Amino acid sequence: MSTLAHVFEAEGIATVALGSIKNQIESTAPPRGLWCDFPLGRPLGVPLDPEFQHRVLSAAFDLLSSSEPVFAEYDVSIVDDGTEVMACPLPPRHDLNAHPAIDEANGLRPAYERAIAEYGNRVGAGRTVDAEDITTAIDAFIRIADGVPWKEANVPGIPARVSQDIRGYYETAALALSDHAPAAWAGTRWFLDHTEAGKVLMSARQAMADAGEKEPIWFYMAPGDR
Amino acid sequence: MADSDLKALTAGLDRIEFEETAFTNPVPLNEAKVAIVTSASLHHPDDEDFAPADTGYRVLKSQPRDYVMGHWSPNFDVTGFALDINTVFPIDRLDELVTNGTIGSVAEEHLAYAGNQFDLSAVRLDSGPAGAKFLKEQGVDVVILTPV
Repeated sequence: MSTLAHVFEAEGIATVALGSIKNQIESTAPPRGLWCDFPLGRPLGVPLDPEFQHRVLSAAFDLLSSSEPVFAEYDVSIVDDGTEVMACPLPPRHDLNAHPAIDEANGLRPAYERAIAEYGNRVGAGRTVDAEDITTAIDAFIRIADGVPWKEANVPGIPARVSQDIRGYYETAALALSDHAPAAWAGTRWFLDHTEAGKVLMSARQAMADAGEKEPIWFYMAPGDR
Repeated sequence: MADSDLKALTAGLDRIEFEETAFTNPVPLNEAKVAIVTSASLHHPDDEDFAPADTGYRVLKSQPRDYVMGHWSPNFDVTGFALDINTVFPIDRLDELVTNGTIGSVAEEHLAYAGNQFDLSAVRLDSGPAGAKFLKEQGVDVVILTPV
């Protein structure tokens, strides 16, 4: 963001850059920078809260009155303590012959479709794998977790991108199973720690790491601190 | 897993230090045309998805607001944007600021880049200036830059 701010200003466009990471926005020093201590992925702070978002924008636009480069800190922080998890009811087993993750993904399909109908498909499946093929993708990761080399497991795309589709499918479905806007990362923790598909994905990632596969192939299948 | 841990991981990303800070004094905000430029890799569904290490940009029209997240990084929350595009791309908020007279107008077209780049030289020398030219041709005066 800061590089673009410098370039745009040099071309005669005034800018205000929001930043979520303090040392990053301080060290890159955009001409006008506002550090907002909000979780990654939420630069305006709070979804579905226009008043909050307007206050952030107001603080940002206030920097335009400065006659010289300026850095400011927004006066409200939103801190993720790493513990909040979405409380989503998972579907009961329907097909006992299916792997639990496959059965679970099929069971979540109605919730996924409800969320898509309400919000649109903004982060859900579809980058590489469409919703109807999510179980095919999960099945490939089941094979990897069971020891099949990833190149022989029929992963329907680059593993990191396929895993994003699975995560997006689950976190989108979760929105239809919750009655409030979740805290940042609460949906990711639910997916990775509380669903069968999340456990499969993490097991597959670990299996690829243990097999000595190149790190970029498996590392980006989950957030980097995992 | 905590947000602070993921923020710490970004310490190794490429950063360009500019010897001089370019600075443009804007027109009065209530006369300014404002655009959003985001590093969230947003695009319209029918537009080209971002490739890994893609240093180009995509044009985001003000309508339709059917933006999808094309970022390759798994290191940010996605539910905020899934619920409300304004969490990342505050286009509805800008419309409201036009209505109440705070800003002059909202650009018809905005830009999205892919953040988390390991090599920013192409953004600095190529796609950044090209994006600025695109916005200048629209008469954009002010840009609000949003990350993920």
